[in-house]
Amino acid sequence: MGLTFFEKVWNDHVIEDVGDGNFLIHIDRNFMHELSGAVSLKAIDEAGFDVRNPELTFGVVEHAIDTHPGRKRTSSAPGGNDFLREFYERIRHRPIRFFDYDDRQQGIVHVIAPELGIALPGETFVCGDSHTCTVGGIGAFAWGIGSTDGEHVLATQTLVITKPKTMRVDFQGRLAAGVFAKDMILGLIGKYGAGGGVGYAIEYAGETIESLPMDGRLTLCNMAVEFGGRTGMVAPDQITFDYLNGRPFAPAGEDWLRAVAYWRLLRSDRDARYDKELELDCNRLAPQVTWGTSPSHVIGVDDVVPDAAESPEGVARASHARALEYVGLEPGTRLLGEKIQGVFIGSCTNSRLDDLREAASVLRGRKIADGLMALCVPGSTTVKRAAEQEGLDRVFKEAGFEWREAGCSLCASGAIGGEAFPPGSRTLSTTNRNFENRQGRGVRSHLASPATVAASAVAGRIADAREYY
Amino acid sequence: MEPITQLEGVAASLMINDVDTDQIIPGKDLMKVEKTGFEKGLFANWRFLPDGAPDPDFILNKPPFNDATFLVSGSNFGCGSSRASAVWALRDFGIRCVVASSFGSIFQSNCHVSGVLPVVLPEDQVQAIVADLAIAPRLQVDLESCTLVSARRTYTFYVPKLAREMLLSGKDPISVTLNRDALIRDFQDVDRQRRPWVYDIVEKAEQGA
Ligand code: SF4
Repeated sequence: MGLTFFEKVWNDHVIEDVGDGNFLIHIDRNFMHELSGAVSLKAIDEAGFDVRNPELTFGVVEHAIDTHPGRKRTSSAPGGNDFLREFYERIRHRPIRFFDYDDRQQGIVHVIAPELGIALPGETFVCGDSHTCTVGGIGAFAWGIGSTDGEHVLATQTLVITKPKTMRVDFQGRLAAGVFAKDMILGLIGKYGAGGGVGYAIEYAGETIESLPMDGRLTLCNMAVEFGGRTGMVAPDQITFDYLNGRPFAPAGEDWLRAVAYWRLLRSDRDARYDKELELDCNRLAPQVTWGTSPSHVIGVDDVVPDAAESPEGVARASHARALEYVGLEPGTRLLGEKIQGVFIGSCTNSRLDDLREAASVLRGRKIADGLMALCVPGSTTVKRAAEQEGLDRVFKEAGFEWREAGCSLCASGAIGGEAFPPGSRTLSTTNRNFENRQGRGVRSHLASPATVAASAVAGRIADAREYY
Repeated sequence: MEPITQLEGVAASLMINDVDTDQIIPGKDLMKVEKTGFEKGLFANWRFLPDGAPDPDFILNKPPFNDATFLVSGSNFGCGSSRASAVWALRDFGIRCVVASSFGSIFQSNCHVSGVLPVVLPEDQVQAIVADLAIAPRLQVDLESCTLVSARRTYTFYVPKLAREMLLSGKDPISVTLNRDALIRDFQDVDRQRRPWVYDIVEKAEQGA
């Protein structure tokens, strides 16, 4: 029997079978950010371990770092400066490539790793951050780890993990104008639940994926963790090779030719078998917007908020009722037309160049509603520069958005006690988590694509992006 | 970390699905570069009212549950952000064992390396335990035999071998792996020949630039 893409990547990293489904595997790339990285570096220093392979280790500031224009190495979150200082002091003397706040290549890990060619197909890639699975879009086996596992990687360049089961998600059909990768992944989570992928390494495949540009693939993989998966991946193909060719850290010359030859062999064999197969029809997919406090609380923008009675009796129903209460929505009402007080375009889900173009094409020549708090935060300094070269920054600013330096910004800062949306406000974001208080105390976050967020910013209410395309 | 062989104590139930790590420890409560002292942050947004006073209605504020050793919850417990401090907050509060029908996978691995035992049981058994707690709100767990005992029944569960050994011994996983360093070196030597483009990319980029 043939092998799946995931199994091929897995097999090439096993150092030892330690029994009972656990394996010691090699880690090709270890990325640290200032929160989990500071804790891990401090811990290994105190325990007296060395960084085993600093040349396979990278560091960046993104979570707590300020995103206001002209920023320094400071944070708006209480405690944020301690992490920045601790991280800086422990990383700067080491032979580790560190992307500081003023580095031309700084940005959110999950955005810069693929765009700089640091994350490559067929690699194992970890970071102390749950959205590390984003990088699966490039064809890496990438997943988030805790800071204790982070110490293990620093000291040994390995991890002991349980081999995940394999899943294939087949996306079929063509997306309507105004419908994007974000809608695909929200639609998938809505159909199968936030636990639909638990225990699996998920491969996204099918007709829709074959023509999906890299930025969309990264969005799709970003939310594999919201689907419960260990990781999400797209097998490398011509789109991947074209994307990587010439990137700053991507292989060049002879290395490039050998790499591409190897990557071509990674695709799943025709007779490969998966432990589970799911599917989603993209032809009929509407723009998706979340209504509750779990990414699985999601509906088409023109659908009505479901009643708790539609959830299975028991804990699920109680959770549903609790979510309705938190967001302050009556079942049976439409999301379309619901008034909002703030919007955020950014985060590792949707802050790449295609995302900004998608939003800007709606905003061009328009103004956002009066009194709306609106931020656009590019995912990396590279994206920011490219967007400015195209004049996208002007489109955002003229529409009434703030235009910021690269980082996690309102995706992280509200939760860590820094800059946030006003308490209790209803907001629409391109982020990946609509958890309680994630973007500030009592803030009711709804998640959607950049196009939906832009269209809604103009209307001041949740709007249907399809009307703008 | 503190090893676990047997535990006995009060069990609180929090029967909600998808309890995410942002709720277990809100971001603002984890903002320190330490690995202990997180008990105050545990469920802070649920345990404390906006003025900082304990919410008398929240289970972990009510005796005897303010002294809980066990927490029983719904499916997908610990989903969301990878923050290890979610586990440290439970541990620092005194909760050493969480029972649920499933866990977020990063949270589950974090438990194994931080001295908190995640017990996975089928949903109907979790419901039965919650019913048992109404009779007597205590549980006992034995990690040697992988059994959990409530007022009425004994349940058996499964923990992967390595995780079990780590929890039982309280041993530091790094030292265990460093004993295998020769294997890691062999792997890298072979891999460098097979996938040269994976290595030394910063050096190569600087030379090329
Ligand atoms: S953008 Fe948000 S989800 Fe992504 S890494 Fe930053 S804080 Fe996490």
